[in-house]
Amino acid sequence: MPEKYEIVTKKVLTPDISSISVYAPLIARKARAGQFIILRATDGGERIPLTVSSVSGELVTVVYQKVGDSTMTLDELAEGECLCDFVGPLGEPTPTEGVKRAAVVGGGLGCAIALPVAKALHDAGAKVDLIGGFRTKDIVILEDEMRSACDELTICTDDGSYGYAGFTTGKLEELLKAGERYDRVYAIGPLVMMKFVCKLTERYDIPTIVSMNPIMIDGTGMCGCCRVTVDGEVKFACVDGPDFDGHKIDFDETIARAATYKEFEQRRRAEHKCRLEGMNNG
Amino acid sequence: MADMTLEKTKMPEQAPDVRNKNFLEVAQGYTPELAEKESHRCLGCKNPRCVEGCPVNVPIPEFIGHIQKGDLEGAYNALSRANALPAVCGRVCPQENQCEGKCVRGIRGESVGIGRLERFVADWALEQGVANTDKAPANGHKVAVVGSGPAGLTCAGELARMGYAVTVYEAFHVAGGVLSYGIPEFRLPKSIVEKEVDKLRTLGVDIELDMVIGKVLSVDELFEMGFEAVFIGSGAGLPQFMKIPGESLVGVFSANEYLTRVNLMKAYKPDSATPVYKSRKVAVLGGGNVAMDAARCAKRLGADVHIVYRRGEAELPARAEEVHHAREEGIRFDLLCNPVEILGDEKGRVKSMRVIRMELGEPDASGRRRPVPIEGSELEMEVDTVIVAIGTSPNPLIRSTTPGLEANKRGCVITDETGATSREGVFCGGDAATGAATVILAMGAGKTAAKSIDEYIKSK
Repeated sequence: MPEKYEIVTKKVLTPDISSISVYAPLIARKARAGQFIILRATDGGERIPLTVSSVSGELVTVVYQKVGDSTMTLDELAEGECLCDFVGPLGEPTPTEGVKRAAVVGGGLGCAIALPVAKALHDAGAKVDLIGGFRTKDIVILEDEMRSACDELTICTDDGSYGYAGFTTGKLEELLKAGERYDRVYAIGPLVMMKFVCKLTERYDIPTIVSMNPIMIDGTGMCGCCRVTVDGEVKFACVDGPDFDGHKIDFDETIARAATYKEFEQRRRAEHKCRLEGMNNG
Repeated sequence: MADMTLEKTKMPEQAPDVRNKNFLEVAQGYTPELAEKESHRCLGCKNPRCVEGCPVNVPIPEFIGHIQKGDLEGAYNALSRANALPAVCGRVCPQENQCEGKCVRGIRGESVGIGRLERFVADWALEQGVANTDKAPANGHKVAVVGSGPAGLTCAGELARMGYAVTVYEAFHVAGGVLSYGIPEFRLPKSIVEKEVDKLRTLGVDIELDMVIGKVLSVDELFEMGFEAVFIGSGAGLPQFMKIPGESLVGVFSANEYLTRVNLMKAYKPDSATPVYKSRKVAVLGGGNVAMDAARCAKRLGADVHIVYRRGEAELPARAEEVHHAREEGIRFDLLCNPVEILGDEKGRVKSMRVIRMELGEPDASGRRRPVPIEGSELEMEVDTVIVAIGTSPNPLIRSTTPGLEANKRGCVITDETGATSREGVFCGGDAATGAATVILAMGAGKTAAKSIDEYIKSK
C-alpha cells in the first residue's frame, strides 16, 4: 500500500507541465469536478492550490505547470516520494445539473481542469463540445483523455501548428455563429481567456461559469486573500467558489490581484534556476 | 514574611528600537532569582480571589508557594494540573482583567506578577523536559476534537487525562490554531507552542493535520467512525472587511492573511517560500490585539505604520500592555479617525486612503461612546498598504455541513453553559461559540466541555 500523500505516478506531459497522482483515499472518496486541493511539496514550502484533474480509486490526480519556485520544487519530487501535505477537497463542485448542451473551454493548463467538468457533464448525459486551446502543437496535453470526455473535441493552437488556428474564443464564436445554442458555457484557463469567453457569451446571452484560481493560503475562508468581486459583492473563491458566474466577475480587478507578488515570484524563480544551474555545474 | 514591595519585579525586555527590527521575543522572562523575588510578594491568601479570576482555576497560591520554596517541579505539577498550556497563558493571557485583576496586592500597589511567574515555571519545565503525564487508565471511549487551537487542545488534554482516546483534527499543516497562525513570534515563539503541543501528544492525544472537517469528513461521519462525542473548537477564522470602496485593491489584506503569511508561513524570514507584501507605509484598521500584532509585524518588516481607529484612546480594545509596546516601537496612533475609501493607482494598487475625523457621542449598545463623523473633516492619507483588523466571525464550514447544529445570527454555534449544542453528543467552545475572544476564555470553555463530555459519555 502506498504511503500517505505518496506520488504513485508522475507523468511528464510537456517540458513545463506534469501530472501527479497522489495517494489520498479520504480526499479521493469526496472530491468532485471543480474542487481543489492545497499541497505543500516540502516542509517550509508554500501552500499551492491545484484543482483536481481526476480521481481514480484512492488516487487524486493534479496537473501543475512549473511557473515559479514552489512548483519547480514540487517537480523535483519523483514517483514513490511523498508530499509533505495534501488537503482537500476544498471549494464547491462545479454545478452541472440540468445542463443538456454545453461547451467547455479550456486554456493551457486549464484543460486539465476542464477535463473533469466535461467528463461530469458527459457522464450525466449532456452533449458536450470541448475546446482546448494551446500556444503551439508541442504543448498540447491530455488530448486523448479530453476526446473521450466529450462529443466533439477541438484543439486550437495560437500559432496554427495544430488543429484550429487561433484562440478558443475564435472557435467558440464560430460554433455560436453556426447556430449552436448551449445551455451553459464553462471556461477554465488564463484570466484573459476567461474574460474574453465571457464577453463573447454575454453577447449570445449564454450563462457562463468560470473557474477562478486566485492567490490563496488556507483555502478554508480564513485569510480572505482569494477574494473576487462578483456582481459588486466580495466573495471568497476558496469557499464560495472557485466557480462563479463569469458575466458578473470583475476580471480587471482579479487580473491586478493575481500580480500582487509578481516581483517576489520573479526573484524566487531566478534564484531557483541559479540553484539548479549551480548544482549542474558543481 | 512576604515581600511588601509595591511594584512587580520587572521582567527584562528587548529595547524598543532594537526589537522593532527583529522577530525575537520582546519579553525575555524572569531569571530564577527574579522569579523567587516576585514569588515572595504573594501573600498566599486563604481565600484566593485570583483563582476565581482564572477561567481554568489555576491553584495560584499553591504553585507560587512552591516557587517560594524553590520546588519548581512541585510548582509545575500544580500549574499543569489545571492548565494544559501554561507557557502560552503566561505570555498571552490578559492577566490584568483576570487573576491579577483580583489580587489583593493590587489594591495598594501592583498585583503579584502571576502571569510572569506562570511563564517562568512553564518555561523551566519545557527546558528541563519535565512533563506531567498523570492520567487515568484508558477507558475505551473515543472523542473527536475539531480544531487544535486553545479550546481544542485544552479539551483534548483534559479528556486524555481522564482516560479517553482523543483525536484532534486540524485543517492547517501545523497544530495550534491562532497560537500558530495569529499571535506573532515576538509575543509567543512558535517553538513554545510546538513543545506544548508535543506534551499533549505524549499524553496520548492523536493530532491529525491537513483535515478540514466539513469537507473531507463531516461531523456525522466522525460519529460513524466510532467517536462518541465531538467537540467543535474551530475558532472564529472568518475575516470581516469594512465594506468600503477599494477594499479589493492590491495591497489591502485582512489581518488574518497578513499574520498567517508572517507567522505560520514564516514570510518574515528572507528565504521563505511564501511572500509578504513589501510596504512603505501601512494603515492598520482597528484597535484590538490583532491590530497591534499586525502593526508590530509590519513595523518589523520595515514599514512606517499607523493604527487607524474610529474611537479614542480609552476605547482601544487591545490590552494596555500591547498598546504600550506598539507605541514604544514607533507605531503611530491615528485615533478618532475612520476610513471612508481606499484609492488605487492605474495598476490597481493602493496609493492612499480617505479618512474622516470622528468625535465621541452618546454611549452605544456596547457601553462605549459612539463615534460620530465630523462633517467636512475628510482627509487623504498616503499609504501603500491597508491591513483590516476589525474582527473575525466563526467559519461556516462546520455548521453548514452538520444538520441540526444551531447557530445564532452572528454565526456562533449556540451552546448551554456546559458546552452542549443542539445536536446530541456535539459540544462546542471558544471563539466558535462566543465569537472572537481570548485564548484563556477558549481554554476555559474547552475545559468545561471536557467535563460535560465525560458526564455525557458516562451517562449513556
